[in-house]
This record gives sequence, structure tokens and C-alpha cells, in this order.
Amino acid sequence: MMKRKLLTLAISAMLMPAAGSAMAQAKGKISGDVVKIAVLTDMSGVYSDLGGKGSVVAAEMAIEDFKAQFKPKFKIDLVSADHQNKADVGSNKVREWYDTQGVDMVTDVLNSGVALAVAKVTTEKNKIMLNTGAASTRLTNEDCAPNNVVHYVYDTYALANGPGKAVTKQGKDSWFFLTADYAFGHSLEKDTMEAVKANGGKVLGAVRHPLNASDFSSFLLQAQASKAKVIGLANAGGDTINSIKAANEFGITKGQTLVGLLTTVVDIHALGLQTTQGMMFTEGFYWNLNKETREFSRRFFSRHKKMPNMLPAGTYSAVMHYLKAVQATGTDDTAAVMKQMKATPINDPFAKGGKIREDGRMVHDMYLVEVKKPAESKEPWDYYHVKQVIPGDQAFQPMAASRCAAVKK
Amino acid sequence: MTEIFGVPIQALFGQLMLGLVNGSFYAVLSLGLAVIFGMLNIINFSHGALYMTGAMLTWIGLEYLGIGYWWMLVLAPICVGIIGIAIERLMLQWLYKLDHLYGLLLTFGLALMIEGLFRDLYGVAGQPYSIPEELSGAFNLGFMFLPKYRAWIIVASLSVCLATWYVIEKTRLGAYLRAATENPKLTQAFGINVPLMVMLTYGFGVGLAGFAGVLAAPATQIGPLMGSNLIIVVFAVVVIGGMGSILGSVVTGLGLGIIEGMTKVFWPEASATVVFMIMAVVLMIRPAGLFGREK
Repeated sequence: MMKRKLLTLAISAMLMPAAGSAMAQAKGKISGDVVKIAVLTDMSGVYSDLGGKGSVVAAEMAIEDFKAQFKPKFKIDLVSADHQNKADVGSNKVREWYDTQGVDMVTDVLNSGVALAVAKVTTEKNKIMLNTGAASTRLTNEDCAPNNVVHYVYDTYALANGPGKAVTKQGKDSWFFLTADYAFGHSLEKDTMEAVKANGGKVLGAVRHPLNASDFSSFLLQAQASKAKVIGLANAGGDTINSIKAANEFGITKGQTLVGLLTTVVDIHALGLQTTQGMMFTEGFYWNLNKETREFSRRFFSRHKKMPNMLPAGTYSAVMHYLKAVQATGTDDTAAVMKQMKATPINDPFAKGGKIREDGRMVHDMYLVEVKKPAESKEPWDYYHVKQVIPGDQAFQPMAASRCAAVKK
Repeated sequence: MTEIFGVPIQALFGQLMLGLVNGSFYAVLSLGLAVIFGMLNIINFSHGALYMTGAMLTWIGLEYLGIGYWWMLVLAPICVGIIGIAIERLMLQWLYKLDHLYGLLLTFGLALMIEGLFRDLYGVAGQPYSIPEELSGAFNLGFMFLPKYRAWIIVASLSVCLATWYVIEKTRLGAYLRAATENPKLTQAFGINVPLMVMLTYGFGVGLAGFAGVLAAPATQIGPLMGSNLIIVVFAVVVIGGMGSILGSVVTGLGLGIIEGMTKVFWPEASATVVFMIMAVVLMIRPAGLFGREK
């Protein structure tokens, strides 16, 4: 008797989720009649100027533009939170959002540590993360979740590859690295080293500095002593800014080329052109590319008082792409929306002919840029010469090299 | 070329020099903390935030009012000192009778608020500030290329430290101060206005933080987080030197700057921890710190 009861219980428990999803699909409706989008980002710490409030503003703009253009029948809600660069804070917040707030999709999620934790929760709850902020290639390799996670804007491979190739090919073929001593820095360093070696360059050494080091002059003198032609900065945010500043003060930039591997227009703005002129790096977006990017960026600027870098621009694009997929399928069911998003090319101010690959990597053109001399800049925020447009299929890791178990044949 | 453990001796001299520069910041900041702790028994956690305020004011002075570096070198510490006096009068003075913990919590809260305010106004990426005309360029020391500004940091901070030490240890005012620290009631009975002295001491202590902030402005990016990155190390310096010891904080500040600089060469990954390792060892051997006297 007892046994049978247990058995029925077990069977009904197994059937329940299936029945639930069958019902949802049968109705083809939107859960709670609301599509809820969440922006999880660093609002107050070292990376808050990269994404932060800018990402929230971009998501708001995307929702407004979508409503104006498509007049959707469903309601759209936006929530946001600060993960303080802590994986536990981020994953708890996201769990709460999924469980009790009816959130369907989470975006931004900068900081690789937080992103990997949030990816796990998202997969477990079968929701969607369109990651526009984190750098680690693990999101589409070792920790890939192609049914739930899209890595939308950039990754360490793309950042490393552009300058690793272009700068080495210019004859600046010996490199020394200044690396932030944690997962992100190591992986950026590794990817760049591989790119350098693949293009006939050599790596003379590396120095690992603690995150948020207060002074970089000592590390830079070591880089200088290595006599490498290029100093690669495998760090981000405030660390990059202070490294560049010290390099200038010690006259290192006169003899050696600095390559900030993760640098965006916001960092350049904070440092000024006098200090940064001549630097080369890869960006996923530049506001002053064409009429469309300028139009979008000026609207963004009027709200946020800063030009967008690739993170907010990517967040705008991701939210827009997601909403279009919901509109087209008439549901917020994860599988249906993911299928639609992967089937549709992305064409907006951020990406032209962008495509979400089966491993979850969004492939789009990247830009190898060089910072202008102060005299060449015609207006505020006019900072880059775009040296090269790197086509998506060259910018990102090829599918053949993928370490994603879910798509391996 | 002579080498020590595989590092050319010239490179080593360069690193020593840089250690001295960083040590100068530690010295000025820990001096302020030591003076405040000695007089007020307050563990001033807002020291880092006020150091940042000093740097921010320097930038604001140039950006909005057109006041250059040299004027700000005087004005910013005074402004920070006035802020400090306001903090002391309005909040801190009610806490002297209570446990250290209350002062610590109050000043920590203030630090978070000050940082939050600047973060909200200017974001975290920070502001650039260029080195003043007179100090741009560099000395070629043979073994290294020392920017004039870094040399100036050493000279300026050492002078301020020496002057402070002289005033406290060798003048009548300093004698009053020390007396008021030792026994406030008795000192007051001799007709010395102790609350006034306490207030001015706090103002002066945080003024030193503001001064360090101005010195740092052209050398690092001025941003709301610059203080919190530094303050924990500075606290370790104070603990190693001996809480409240003036000479101790200066000597330890410089010494630890140099040790940290050397660590950056031989074991860069540990450079953020080495100060704390030393702190642990010192606390085990001499709980009152290297220069502290046990009470």
C-alpha cells in the first residue's frame, strides 16, 4: 500500500512539470501577461562606469523604442539590482527574481565570477541570460548553457585576438604582460599570449598584480626592464586607468606601446587623450561609427551624460532582440524565444548581421581602434580612429575550437 | 651588471625609490591616524575618505574655480580640516566616553557616505589631473628615470612629517597636547582648554589626510575609491608602528613602503598581503607595536 502510494506520488511529481509546460505551450501565452526584464550589474564598485546605471538606461531605451515601434499587447517591466561584484549576492538576487518576481530574462551581469554563478541559476530555473557585460569565454565553453545563456557583446578571446594579431603584425612582436591576479586577468593574458605566438610574436614575461593595487609604477618598471616592444594590460577598470597613468609619468609610453586589452571609451574619457593617444585595443562598439550609432548614442548621452561603450549599447541591442522574439512567438517560453532569437539576425545600432551561434556566442563585428591625438579630436568624446573592422567570424573563437560539451558532436 | 637574486641591482634601486614614494603616503596618512588616536582615542576610519576628499577638492578647485595645484596644496588640507572639525564638534565629541568601537563605527559610516556622495556625483572611473608645470619631467638618476613629481612627493611628505614631529615633541603647544593626552582632567585644571585642543587635533589630523590627497592627485587617478584601497594598509602600518606613536608611524610607513616595493619585484602576487604578514608577526612578538609603549 505504502509502496504504491509512493509510486503514484513519484509519477505524478514527474508528470507535473511536463503537464505545466505543455499547458503553457498550448496557451502560447505570456506568463502573468507581463514580460519582465532584469538588469543585474555593478552599481557602485570598480566596474560601475562600464555598465552600471548606463545599462539600465539602455534597457529603458530599448523598451521604449520597442513599444513605440511594435505596439505590443503585453506589458513590459524592468527591474534592476546591484550585485556588488559578489557572486553570492548576484545569484541570490537572480534566484529571488526568478522564483518570486516572475523575471523572464536577465541582462548585463558584468564580472565573470558573478556571470558564471548567475548562468547556473538561470539554467536551473530554465530562464534566459543575455550576458552583455562579462568577459570570460567559459560562458560559451566549459560552462556553456546554449539553451539558456547567450554571451552577447565580447569575450576575452575577442579582446585578445584583435590587438594580439594587429599589433604583432605591425612588427611590435615582443610582449610583456601586466595582469590582474584573478580568473579574468589570467584568461585574458592566456588568450592574448596565444594570439601573439600564433602571429609570430614572442612573450618575454608577465607580472601579476593584486586587484585594485594602489600603485603600478613598480610593475611598470619591471615591464620596462623587460625591453618588450609592447606592454599588454590584462586588467580592467581602475587598474587599467592607473597603469596607463603611471606608464605616462615614467615615460614608458615613449619607447614601448601600451595595449589596454579591456579598455572602453569611458576609460579614455576618464584619462584624457593627452595620456592615452596612440593606444590600440578592441571595442565592440563605437558611438561615432555611422549615422545610426551617432543617433542612438546622442539619445543615450542626453539621458546618461556619457557616451555609451559596448556594454550599454549591447544591452540595448539584447533587450530589443529579446522583445522582438517574444513579439514574434507570442510567448515568453524560454525554448521558443531562444529558438526565435537564434533564427533571426540582429540588425540595430550595435550589430549589423549579428547572429547567435548554437553555443550561445553572439557573433558580430568588432573594431580595432587607435586613440586619437588631442589635436585630431574634433568634439568631446571623439576619441578613436577605427583601424580595422574585424568580421565576426574572425573576431570570436571558431566553433571548431569550442569546448562546449552541449554542442560537441 | 651586478645582480641580486636575478634582479639587476640598478632595477632594485629603482624599486627602492618607488617604495620610498609609496612609503611617504603611508607615513603622512598613518601620522594623521596616530595623532588622532593618541589624542582622541578614536580609530578614524573616515581617514581614507577624507584623503580622497582632499584629492577631489584639488580637482574641483581646478575644474570649476581655476585654482591651481600650489594653492590647493594649502587650501584643500584647510577645507578638509574644517570638515573634520565639523565632524568632531557635531558627532565625535559625544563618543569619547564610550568604547572605541562606537567611534570606529561612526567614522566608518561617514566614510561610506562621503564615498557614496562622490560616486554619485562623478562616477568611479575618476578624473584626470595633470602634474604641475614646474614638476613635470624627470631626473635621470643613472639607475632609473625618476619623475620630478615623485621626488617632490618624498620631499613634501617628509617635511610635513618632520614638522609635525617637531611641533608635538619639542614645542610648548606639543607639551600641552601630550599632557592633555596623558591626563585630560589634570591638564584642564591647569587652565588649558582641552576640548579646543582635541578639536584642533582632529582637524589637523584629517588635514594631513587632505594634504596626502593633494599630493596623490596628479600621481593617481582621482576617484571615490582611491581612499578605501589604501586605508586598510595604512591601518596595518599604524598597528605595526604602535598605535599613537608619532615617530613610529612615520618610520614604519617609510619602511613598509620599501618592503612592499621589494615584494613587488620578487613575489608580485604577495605585494598586497606582505604588510599584513608583517603585522601578524609584529603583533605576536610585540603586541603594542614596534614603537608603542605598553600601558
